[in-house]
Amino acid sequence: MMNDQARFVWNVSSLAGFTLRKRQAAIVFKVIAMQFPGRRKKIGSSQNDLYDHCLQFYGQPPLDNISLAEFETLAVERLKLLKTVENLGVSYVKTTDQYMKKLETELSSLNFPLRTELGELKVQGGTSEYEKRRKDHISHFILRLAYCQTEDLRRWFIQQEMDLFRYRFNYLSSKHKTDFLHKNNLKYETVSAEEKKSLKDKLISSSYGLSGITLEEYDFYKVPFQDALDLVRTRKVYLLAGNAYIPNNEIVTIVLNDFRTRLSKALAMTARSLPAVQSDERLQPLLSHLSHAYVGQDYSLQKNIGKISLEQIDSLSSKSFPLCMRHVHKALRENHHLRHGGRMQYGLFLKGIGLTLQQALQFWRSEFVKGKVDADQFDKAYAYSVRHMFGKEGKRIDYTPYSCMKVILSNPPSQGDYHGCPFRHSDPELLKQKLQSYKISPSGINQVLELVKGMHYQLACQKYFELTHSVEDAGFSLNHPNQYFTESQKLLGGGRDIKKEVEMSQRSQENPSNMSRPSQESSKQAHEEMGDLDSFFQDE
Amino acid sequence: MSNADYNPACLPDLLPLYYRRLFPFSQYYRWLSYGGVSKNYFQNREFSFTLKDDIYVRYQSFSTQNELEKEMQKMVPYKIDIGAVYSHRPSQHNAVKSGTFQALEKELVFDIDMTDYDDVRRCCSAADICSKCWTLMTIAILILDRALREDFGFHHLLWVYSGRRGVHCWVCDDAARKLSVAARSAVAEYLSLIKGGEDTVRKVVLSDPIHPFIKCSLSVVERYFPQYAIVEQDILGSKESVDKVLALLPEDILSSPVVAHIKKDLTSFCQKQKNPMERWEELCTLVEHKRSSSKKGGQYFDKEIMLQYCYPRLDVNVSKGVNHLLKSPFSVHPKTGRISVPIDLKELDTFDPFEVPTISLICEELEKLRTDEVEDEDMKDKENEQDAGERRRIRDYKRTSLAKYVKVFDNFLEAMARSRKGEMLKKSDLQADF
Repeated sequence: MMNDQARFVWNVSSLAGFTLRKRQAAIVFKVIAMQFPGRRKKIGSSQNDLYDHCLQFYGQPPLDNISLAEFETLAVERLKLLKTVENLGVSYVKTTDQYMKKLETELSSLNFPLRTELGELKVQGGTSEYEKRRKDHISHFILRLAYCQTEDLRRWFIQQEMDLFRYRFNYLSSKHKTDFLHKNNLKYETVSAEEKKSLKDKLISSSYGLSGITLEEYDFYKVPFQDALDLVRTRKVYLLAGNAYIPNNEIVTIVLNDFRTRLSKALAMTARSLPAVQSDERLQPLLSHLSHAYVGQDYSLQKNIGKISLEQIDSLSSKSFPLCMRHVHKALRENHHLRHGGRMQYGLFLKGIGLTLQQALQFWRSEFVKGKVDADQFDKAYAYSVRHMFGKEGKRIDYTPYSCMKVILSNPPSQGDYHGCPFRHSDPELLKQKLQSYKISPSGINQVLELVKGMHYQLACQKYFELTHSVEDAGFSLNHPNQYFTESQKLLGGGRDIKKEVEMSQRSQENPSNMSRPSQESSKQAHEEMGDLDSFFQDE
Repeated sequence: MSNADYNPACLPDLLPLYYRRLFPFSQYYRWLSYGGVSKNYFQNREFSFTLKDDIYVRYQSFSTQNELEKEMQKMVPYKIDIGAVYSHRPSQHNAVKSGTFQALEKELVFDIDMTDYDDVRRCCSAADICSKCWTLMTIAILILDRALREDFGFHHLLWVYSGRRGVHCWVCDDAARKLSVAARSAVAEYLSLIKGGEDTVRKVVLSDPIHPFIKCSLSVVERYFPQYAIVEQDILGSKESVDKVLALLPEDILSSPVVAHIKKDLTSFCQKQKNPMERWEELCTLVEHKRSSSKKGGQYFDKEIMLQYCYPRLDVNVSKGVNHLLKSPFSVHPKTGRISVPIDLKELDTFDPFEVPTISLICEELEKLRTDEVEDEDMKDKENEQDAGERRRIRDYKRTSLAKYVKVFDNFLEAMARSRKGEMLKKSDLQADF
């Protein structure tokens, strides 16, 4: 366990008398890396060495000074990228053309590196390849700070970074793959032509999809079996004397394992050094926000305020609410009460669809009063939290309507709770009964249950949308309950306002060919995002 | 003569004698020290003892060979298990800050238990074994030994008879001892072909391409199958057993109308033909004939049947855990009295579990040599009691049936020592060029 001795410290130096106007920022942020045994970077070597390959393992932290503004921008953009990776991974099988195309588009529109040759001519008005690689490098390390703190965050971060890495590695040519391996100390020997020939039949019968021809074409690597466990476990590789014989096209699995191990260790080390960073008050809120950020249409800026009347809610709940909200609404109507988790999830959703504060207060009060709570008690105990949701009390930062990810991953419901995602949290038998009671066809129900079994909860909800709206294809990639509502209203013939919102959230999915618009929208989104981050600093 | 009557009630008398005079402590210590390359390797090793009245104690550890001997002679364990090498002395694990006491290394082990084959052996069941079904162990050892050496590159394997109904394999290479949980489980899964429990009838499914490992394993199975399964187990000997074999055919054959024809044809064939090998040939011909039309799958049905009846069944959970405790070589099996002895693979085909010495036998053999011993004692060097004790012990087991098994163990240890020496020479060669 040699690398236990390596310590990795981010050091923040502040200049005396410096005030926090971040966009006029002078340099506030310095990074120092301490000894990496065996990987010590030569002092004074040119930056070009570091970025001479478009892909990297992120072994060395950046040795740059950057402004706080750039710190944020880079972080937010990478986060957007990773969120897209996540969404695409849920919506498509990772090896299909559709997936690859969409990811390629996203990488380009967010200015992350894809091309293999450095020093290519700058795209008109765009960023150079070198700058893209630098961005890739730095943004990764910033997000490590934000995502190292809990097991869940680490797992999420590693998963998305791995998917991204896999995509980019597979994009490389054969030669570049080998280059990458050698540059990164994965000194796996290639198998000589004679050995390949003598083992020909064995190699062909152990690796899927190999023929005599491809055998000659492909390079094979000898990898110690401990580095190829997934292939060994499933017997998908030829083993001899403790080495797995991996064809060129499968080497990505091995590399990914290595990537995962390194990143996992690095995150653990980063977490231990984090207190040093957290002592800087400017960075902590930022990092905390990053790890909770939902990057997309967040429905916090209400566009349809007052367009919904309370009388409509019941019918809307069965027509246009996603199952989670329909479920929690029904529970509220039946029990005249909801616990905190349910109140938050549903209350914020209602805010997002356009309820005003007055309407919300009236809605909740009228329902609670039918139960065990009288009007005074309501005003004392519950009204405060409703106002809180609308930003009329305390800090409003966390109170944006929950995205699907948030509903699925945080705060699982227990006995007596009605919040959460029914596709994730309900027993499949109960879910089936509920869908039957909503008159969904048996074949439709089966499709939904299949998706649930495969843990594709958002796709299951999308299928529910398609079944209840009688459409073949929902036409959008579901990741937010309010998005469900908006799309539903649009489909059922809602107003023009709603249509505009929908277009904005569809920007990168609907218009891959039109490059300029997405970049405008994305910078606008980034701007909105940074607007939120602004408030951290204003409050101090 | 080799089966002196063993009675578990004698254990309290026999065990002390065994641990004083016969248990090969110096070889045992030599094994678990692994040449002293890693500091405290022996001291941090966990042992567990099962004492009289089923009292079980874990986290036993010892600083020296002498301490090990004294403790075992004092506690007189009925069963001894070996666990992992930990980060600290297991006997002091409570004094260590919680979370820091961890299992670091252990041999890669496999446990093949005859009861796991109950659904495919007709001669015995549960804890019983006989010479007929023992062939299953022979097959298991051949297949696994080859794979662990040739595919995985391991060199130092110790195969041990468990004392009753199975065999254990201890893979002692440096690399094997350092394997992670994930790696151990991957190795075990690579070696597993029998999938499914009580609810699964057809436990082996083969499809193209056939992996070289499966090919090698099949060649061993095919060598033994005719004599073992067809003749000795007589798996086509009765209607009931024939049905069991047919139940292993692939789904699309079983569900098609042809299976009724096959059954009918085979039944009438069996009535006429008593020779079991002919029956097997006929079965294969019939199925092949009816099957070739569909062409889709099930082309390896005969191989699948052979594998299901013969291929080794291992318990992945035993192999997976770094801290898993496994019965120690040279411990006694309380129910049978047999010593867990190393198996010499050069004599594998003639290994007979019923010839393995019991503790009663070797103690009896020891008693018979008493007269010789009295003379030697007079020559004992009083100051060097341990050495004298050892010398006597070495003389002692050599005069019992245990001798040849300790020799196997010695050879195993020699090979490891040679290999370690080779490694050190290599290292010093590399360092020598400056």
